[in-house]
Amino acid sequence: MFDVLIIGAGIIGCATAYKLSQFNLNVLLLDKENDVSLGASRANTAIIHGGYDPDPATLMGKYNVKGVKRCIELVDILNIEFKKSGSLIIAFDENDLIKLDMYYDRGLLNGVEGMEMLDGEETHRREPNLSEEVIGALWVPESGVINPWEFTIAMAEVAVREGVQLELNQKVIDIQKASDCYLIKTETDQFQARYVVNAAGVYSDKIHNMVTEPAFKINPTRGQYFLLDRSAGETVKAVIFPCPTELTKGILISPTVHDNILVGPDSEVISDPEDTSTTRETLDFIAKQAQRSVPCLDFRCNIRNYSGIRANSDYNDFFVKISAPNFLDLAAIKSPGLTCAPIIAEEGIKLLAEEGLKLNKKANWDGTRKLIRFKEIPEAERADFIKENPEYGRIICRCEHITEGEIVTAIRRGLPIFSLDAIKRRAGSGLGRCQGGFCGPRVQEIITRETGISPLDILLDKAGSYILVDQTKNADKED
Amino acid sequence: MQNIKEYQLIVIGGGPAGLAAALGAAKNGLNDILIVERDKYLGGILNQCIHNGFGLHYFKEELTGPEYSKRFIDLLPETSIAVALDTMALNLENSEDWRYVHVMSSADGYRILRSRAVILAMGCRERTRMNIQIPGTRAAGIFNAGQAQLYVNIEGYMVGKKVIILGSGDVGLIMARRMTLEGAEVVACVEVMPYPGGLNRNIVQCLQDFDIPLYLSHTITDIKGQNRVEQVTVQEVDQNGKPIAGTEIYYDVDTVLLSVGLIPENELSREAGVPLDPRTSGPIVYENKETLAQGIFACGNVLHVHDLVDFVTEEAESAGHAAACFVQSGGCVKQDGKIISLKTDSNIGYTVPQQIRIDDVEKAVRVFFRVRKIFKEPSRIVFRDQSKSEIASFKRLFMFPAEMENVNLPRQLLEKISGTELTVSVEE
Repeated sequence: MFDVLIIGAGIIGCATAYKLSQFNLNVLLLDKENDVSLGASRANTAIIHGGYDPDPATLMGKYNVKGVKRCIELVDILNIEFKKSGSLIIAFDENDLIKLDMYYDRGLLNGVEGMEMLDGEETHRREPNLSEEVIGALWVPESGVINPWEFTIAMAEVAVREGVQLELNQKVIDIQKASDCYLIKTETDQFQARYVVNAAGVYSDKIHNMVTEPAFKINPTRGQYFLLDRSAGETVKAVIFPCPTELTKGILISPTVHDNILVGPDSEVISDPEDTSTTRETLDFIAKQAQRSVPCLDFRCNIRNYSGIRANSDYNDFFVKISAPNFLDLAAIKSPGLTCAPIIAEEGIKLLAEEGLKLNKKANWDGTRKLIRFKEIPEAERADFIKENPEYGRIICRCEHITEGEIVTAIRRGLPIFSLDAIKRRAGSGLGRCQGGFCGPRVQEIITRETGISPLDILLDKAGSYILVDQTKNADKED
Repeated sequence: MQNIKEYQLIVIGGGPAGLAAALGAAKNGLNDILIVERDKYLGGILNQCIHNGFGLHYFKEELTGPEYSKRFIDLLPETSIAVALDTMALNLENSEDWRYVHVMSSADGYRILRSRAVILAMGCRERTRMNIQIPGTRAAGIFNAGQAQLYVNIEGYMVGKKVIILGSGDVGLIMARRMTLEGAEVVACVEVMPYPGGLNRNIVQCLQDFDIPLYLSHTITDIKGQNRVEQVTVQEVDQNGKPIAGTEIYYDVDTVLLSVGLIPENELSREAGVPLDPRTSGPIVYENKETLAQGIFACGNVLHVHDLVDFVTEEAESAGHAAACFVQSGGCVKQDGKIISLKTDSNIGYTVPQQIRIDDVEKAVRVFFRVRKIFKEPSRIVFRDQSKSEIASFKRLFMFPAEMENVNLPRQLLEKISGTELTVSVEE
C-alpha cells in the first residue's frame, strides 16, 4: 500500500514527487512511457515566463511570479541549465503599443518586477536584429529559458534517491475506489494507494473521469518548432514575443540554454495526443512569421524540427482541485505550466494535507543534485580534473563537447535507461548539429557496457523505436 | 599552468588528408610534427569504406578504404611524426608567431600545445534530415548513409530490412549495394536534383547492377510511423525543387538512408577566426592551401568536399609541403606581392584556391572547381581578367556537378593579368 500514487512523470508529477520525498511517506510515481519527461515536458518552448500575460484572477496569474522565483531557486539546488535572458514583447504598430500597456498593467497586478517600456531606438539598441518595423517593446527582465527535460529529470532523480519508487511502462487503465484506498490498475499490474495525484498531462481528463464525473476536457494542442544551430545563437539575446493577436499567440524567437535559437510554436488542436509529427505547411508558416520579427533568421542552419503537445483545455485555468476524496487533480496544465510547476506541486500537497495526508519531515532529506558539466570546468583546472577523472577526458559528443564521464554518471544517477534519447536528455549528447549521427553508436557502446543491455535492444526513444534490426551476416554472433 | 609543448607543425585530423599532409611536411624537411586524431584509429572515414575503388589515380590500382589508408599509416614509423589518438582538438587560437591548439584525451588530460603551423584536416560531416527539413514523425529508422555504413561495416549491425535512399551521393549509392548484399530490400533511390549526386560508376555498380530504381527530380516529403519508420511519401519536384501535387508515391519501408550532402566540419576553424567561403563551407585559401589566417593551412574535405580520396591525398601533400616551407622560412611569406581573387560565373559553384599570390606560384597553380549543372556538349572553361580579356581556356567534352574539375594555370599567364580579379566561366 502506498501513501501517495502519482500518475504521470512529467514536470508536474516529478515536482510533486520531489516535494513529497522530503516527508516520511511511501510514494509511487507511475508513467506509461519508458522514461520520465516524455510528454509536454520535453517538447515545449522552455521558457520561464515573466508573468505579464495570465489573468490575475486565475491560478496561472497567482502562481506565475512565485513560480519564477521558485524555479530560479531550484536551478541552483538541482543544477539545471538556465539562462536569465529576459523577455521582450515587441510592437509593430499603435495597436500593439496599447496591448503592451495592458500587459504592463496586468504584470503589475501579478507582481512582476522590473518591467520597462522601451521605445523603438532602445529596443533596437538591445536587439539589433529585430525588424526595423518594430516601434517599441515591453522588457520583462525576471524571466528566462531553462532546460525543461533536465528540470523534470533532476526532480525525478532526487525523488528516487530520496525514496520515491518510480515505475515506468505502466499505463493506467482503471481506477477503483476501495474502502480505505484506491486500486490503480495498469496494463500489467495493480497498485493500492491512499491518495492519488492525477498529473497525466494530455490524458488528465481521462484519468479524472476514471474516478469521478467529467469536469474539464483536454484539447491536445500541437505546436511545431525549429531549433537553429549555435552559429545562429547570437541572433537574439532575449526571448522575443510578438504581440498576441486574436488568431495566434504569435511565433516567438528565443535563445536556449545550449546557445541555439528556438523558433515557434504554432497552435493546432489535434485529435491524437501522440501525434508529434511536423508538417511542411506549418513549418513554412512559422518561418515566415518569425522573419517578420527577425528578418535575418537563417533557417538553413536548422538542426531540428519537433512538435510538442500542450494540455490545453476547455477550462480556462489550471485545474488544481481535490475532485474526489483523497484524489487530487493537477490537471489541464498549459502555459505557463513549466514556470508554475513547483508552485502547483506545493499547492497540491497543501490540498492533500487538508485531506488528511500526514506530512512528517524526514530528518536528513537532501534535496540537492550535483553534477559535473565538463564545459563549465575552468580551463586552468581541466588538466588536474581529468587526471583524477580520466573519463572526463574523452569527448563522445563532438558537437556539444560532452564527455564519457558525463554520460556514465547520467546512467548511474539512478533512473533506468532504455534509449539514446534518455542519455541525450540527461547528458546533452546528440543535441547538436549532427543530431547524434557521430556519437549515437558510441553512446550505445557505453550503455551496453554500463547496463548490460544489448545494442539491439537499445531504443532511440519510446517503446518500439528500435534502431538496429539484427547482426550482419558475418558479425560474430552473440550467444 | 603546465609547460606548453611545442611542435613545428600540428595536423588536426588523422584521416586521409591529415596523413598525407603530415607525410608531405615530413618529406619536405619537418621533423617535429604531431597528428591529433579524435578516434582511436588513424584512417578516418576510410576505415568504414570496405568497398574498393580507392587509389585508381594515385596508386594506379584499386584498393579498399582501409588498404588505401594503410599505405600511408605504414609510412609513419619511418618518419618522426607523432600521433595523439583518442584526442580531441577543442580549441585553436592564432597569434603572430604561434598557433595554440587545446587538446584533450583520457590518457594525457587537457593540454595546450603550440606550433609554428597548423594544418586543418578535420574532414566533413553528413547533412541530416533536419538540415533539409523533411517533415513527419520522430520515428527511429532514419539514418545518414555514413552512419548506417558505420553500423553495418564496423559495428556489425543491420539498421533495417526495407530501405529507401534519399539523395544519390556516393555514400548513399554504396550503401544501396551494401544493404542489398546484407539481405535488405532497397526499394528506390530518390534524388531531388535532375542529375545524380554521385559518380557514374557508382550509379552503374550500386544501383543498376541490383535493379534499384533511381528517381531524379524526386524527394521525400513526409515520413510516417509513430516509433519506427513505417511509410514515406515521395513526390516529383518542379524546376524550383517544389513538390508537385498529385505525384505522390507511397513506400512502406522501415528505414530511410540519407545521402543529401556533406558539410566541411569547420567549427574549430570558425572559432579560430579563419575566414570561410560560404560556397564551399571551407576556409578561403591561397594557392598553397594557406588560409587567410597566417600559418593555418587546410586540405581535404574540411576545405571542400571531394569525390575521390586520391585528390584529397594530392591536395594534402601539397598543403604539407607548403606548411613545411612556411615553418622553414621562419613563417614569412611574401605578403606584399599581387594577389588575384578568383571569381565564378553562375555555372560554377566555387573554386579552390579562392586567392592566388602570384609571387608564391612556382610554375603553375592547380585550380579545382565544380560546375553547377550538366554540360553534355563540348564546352570551354574560360578565365578572364577585369578587362574581360581571355587569359586561359580549357576544353571539356562534358562536365558533371558530381565530378570535381581541375585546370592548371601557369604562372606566366597569371603575370599577364590586368587588375586583381580573374573570373572563371563556362562557355558553350
